[in-house]
Parts: sequence; structure tokens; C-alpha cells
Amino acid sequence: MLIKAPKTYELKENAVTDEKIYRDRRSLLKTMGYLGAGSLLSTSTQANVFDLFSKEKTEMFKSKPLNYLKDNSEFEQILTPESKVISHNNFYEFGTKKNQPIELSQEFKVDPWQLTISGEVDKPFTLSYDDLFKQFPLEERIYRLRCVEAWSMVIPWLGFSLAKLLKKAQPNSRAKYVAFETLYDPKQMPGQKNRRLGGGIKYPYVEGLRIDEAMNPLTLMSVGLYGKTLPPQNGAPIRLVVPWKYGFKSIKSIVGIKLVERMPATTWNILAPKEYGFYANVNPKVDHPRWSQASERRITAGGLFSRNRIETLPFNGYGEEVSDLYKNMNLMEDF
Amino acid sequence: MTWPLVSNKTKVNFFKSIIHFASLLPIISLYFSAFNDELGADPVETVIHFTGIGAFNLLLLTLLVTPIAKKFKQGYLMNLRRLLGLYAFAYALLHILNFIAFDLQFNMNLLLAEIVKRPYITIGMVAILLLTSLAVTSINRLKRKMGKSWQKLHNTIYIIILLVGVHFYWSVKSEVIEPTIYIIISIVLLFLRRRKFKF
Repeated sequence: MLIKAPKTYELKENAVTDEKIYRDRRSLLKTMGYLGAGSLLSTSTQANVFDLFSKEKTEMFKSKPLNYLKDNSEFEQILTPESKVISHNNFYEFGTKKNQPIELSQEFKVDPWQLTISGEVDKPFTLSYDDLFKQFPLEERIYRLRCVEAWSMVIPWLGFSLAKLLKKAQPNSRAKYVAFETLYDPKQMPGQKNRRLGGGIKYPYVEGLRIDEAMNPLTLMSVGLYGKTLPPQNGAPIRLVVPWKYGFKSIKSIVGIKLVERMPATTWNILAPKEYGFYANVNPKVDHPRWSQASERRITAGGLFSRNRIETLPFNGYGEEVSDLYKNMNLMEDF
Repeated sequence: MTWPLVSNKTKVNFFKSIIHFASLLPIISLYFSAFNDELGADPVETVIHFTGIGAFNLLLLTLLVTPIAKKFKQGYLMNLRRLLGLYAFAYALLHILNFIAFDLQFNMNLLLAEIVKRPYITIGMVAILLLTSLAVTSINRLKRKMGKSWQKLHNTIYIIILLVGVHFYWSVKSEVIEPTIYIIISIVLLFLRRRKFKF
């Protein structure tokens, strides 16, 4: 008999949505199609006393069910509930408070979309909205997401390796870095228009990776989570997921990927270079100047009393896959 | 503003009831939601932010009483300062207890390290210690016993309000507008009583 000692951050069985139920629900969603999925989502918003004061409800964004290859790897950690993954977001384009993106992004238009891969490549190309889902087979990847603010989630993403996308464009020998850019559209993204909502960062949001980081098989271009297309607050229609780096590297709603020769500028590094480095690898030994990175709070189901503080692991626990990328570097300096 | 038939005592009681109601109700509803996981994805952060901002609001209200009482010649309002101040202290205490219990989860080594290493937490700790000394000495018996030194001690509220403003400003990542507004309001409230400060 297998006896498993529960870790403090693990939930009691009864607090977790059963895996089977969530798979079943997804197949139910699949058979019901678009309309079904959308209407289920829109009724899931909680009604509470504060609704009396809020403006009339806008309709919720409709996520579509996707076909994908299931992640069969053994993964013992408990998933963060979908309701929390889609309601606790840092996406300053839709407000700096965690609950603002889900409120302010529901009318965001993702179709039509254009994602351009250009720069130091032999075959630049542009993907349309439909291409994002058809170009490559979609895989499920269950990753830990560690925010620089010392909280974390476990999320079942759907997507494909960034490497596949880059190889299609055939990078040339000058391609040393990859620069990413989020959509700039102040009409749709209130944080880009209003400094108070947008937190005073310079838009469009830009991020970057070294080419070998970008080519690592873990580096994911995600188009969905929990079996469906991404909701806007999670970076629809396509976003980056780099699980061994702090969350702000995983840039959302990407319109441009450019291969470049020099290290590109990155948004948080421009804003506060002493607090956020280019690499931003999860590292319990390098504190943020204003808080410790040695541990984190894992967001799962459960209220105030869920004991969820866990140790932070180097490279967010993905050291085996990625530590070779940084062999000759001083990670205390190149944080 | 004259209410000829209502005694000052009744007025004070009326305002005090409002203060009790407006301070306690949000806290009860907050913890009720938080324990039931109905407070967003991260109830810990929400509870810490709510009690922190609540404490700051109550501190500013406490400092607003004297200018209003003077301006509108409503001396009885001065009797509300202690209750407001005590609620500010209660909120601040909940703020730090929530941080220790739910964020750090009683990791006391981490707490000590954070107090030493993080200026915004250091400042916050100084502010709560000063505020505690004001709350403890707020009972009438001690006030009489302490004589002149009581007023001196309680003037540290003007330092506390500035410490709290800096604590708020340093704690945010980039969204400095809200803390800036709080600091400006604090400075205006201090400016209104500039004659009190002798240089």
C-alpha cells in the first residue's frame, strides 16, 4: 500500500475538484461547443452584495474548447483552481490590481490577430488568429508559475514549444536574442491609456530571452489553459510561458517576436533595473530588494487558513532542464 | 449648525455609534468572506491590504477631527478622536497580525529578517509600536497621571502618519499614485495645525 505523507501546502482530498470531474466537464463542454462553454462561464461569476454598486455587467469573454495532447507526466502538485487562475492576474494593461484584469478585459478582441515573427531570420512570417491553433499540434503542459511577488500557482497550459515557431522562421547566425512585444491598443487596453490604471509602466510591454533559453523545450507559447482558449486576462490569444523565470517574463497577448543580435530591453528592467534583471530566473538566494524570495505562497483552493507557504526552488524546480544554460554565469549578479 | 434640542452628549453618542458601525461591519464581512474563500484568489493579500488601507483611512480621519471641530465650532467632536484612534490601532494591529499569521505563517525567523532587511517593513514596525504606545496610554487614568508628557507622547501621531505614508509608498511595485495621494492628504492635515509645531 502506498502511503503518502501530505506536504503542508497540499490540500485535503475533499477540497480539490476531482480530476475526473474536470475532465468530464471538459468533454461535456466539447460536445456542447462554443455557446455552451460561453454561457457556463458567464453564469459562474459570483453575485455578491457589492454588485448593487457596480455598473451593468458586461458579457464574459467566450473561451473555446481546444483539442490537445494530454500531459501524462507524473505531477504530484495540486492544480490551482481555474476560477483563481482566471481571476488573479498581473496584467497592468487592464489595471494594476489583481482582480481588475478579469473585470476590464472581457470585451478584448482576439480575432482577428496577427503575430509576426521577424528580424534575423531567413523566412519571416505572420500567423493569423486561426493559425495560432492550427500551425502546431497543441500539448498540455502543467507548469508551476512563480510570480516575483512571492506567490505561485500550478496551471495546465495548452500550447507548443517556442522552438517550433522559431525554427519555422529559420533564424540566421546573428540571431542571439528573441524580443517579444505585447499589443499596443489603448482603446482596448485601459491601462495603456490611463496612468493610474496602468501603474506607470511604459507601453507596449516588451520582454526578451536569450536564443538558447527561447529554444529550450520547456519554453512554451501558450494559447489556452484548462482545456480552453486563453481568456483575455491570461494573455489571449497567445502568450509566452517560461516556467523557470518569474512570471513577468511570460509576456501576454503577443503581436511581435523579433530575433535580434543584442540583448533587448525588457519592461520591468527599464522601470527598476535594481529590482528586476533581464534573466529573472527564479532564485531563492537572490532576494527582491524589498522582499524575500526564499519562500512563496502557493495559491490553491482554500481560504485564509490554508497553510500554503512553501520553499522556493532554484529555477522554480526546473533546474535539471535549464541549469546548463547558465553554467558560466554568476547568477547573483545576472539576476 | 445648531441642534438646539439635542445635548452634546447625545451628539457624541450618535457619532460614536456611526464610528462603531462603520469600523466593525467591514471587518466582520471581510473575515467572513476570507474564511470561506470568497475573497478573490488570494484572500491573504486582500485581507492585508484592506486592513492596512483601513488603518490609514482611520488615522487620517482622526487627524481631521480637530480642524473640523475648530472650523465649525463644534467642540464636542473632539471627544471622537480617541475612538477613531483606537480603531486605527485595531486595524493596524490586524494588518500586522495578518501579515505574520497568514502571509509569513508564523515563520518568526523570516519575520525578524524582514524587519531588519526591508526598510518599508522596518518603518511599518516603528509606526505600529508608536501607535501601540498611544493606544495603551489612551485611558483616562493614565492620561491624568502622565500630565504634560501625555500630550508630548500623543503628538507622535504626526510622525506616525508620515511613517505610514512612506511605508505605503515603498511597499508598491510601480503604482505610486494612490500612496502619493495619501501622503499629500497627510501633509495637508499637518499643515492645518502648523502653529502647533515650534522650530
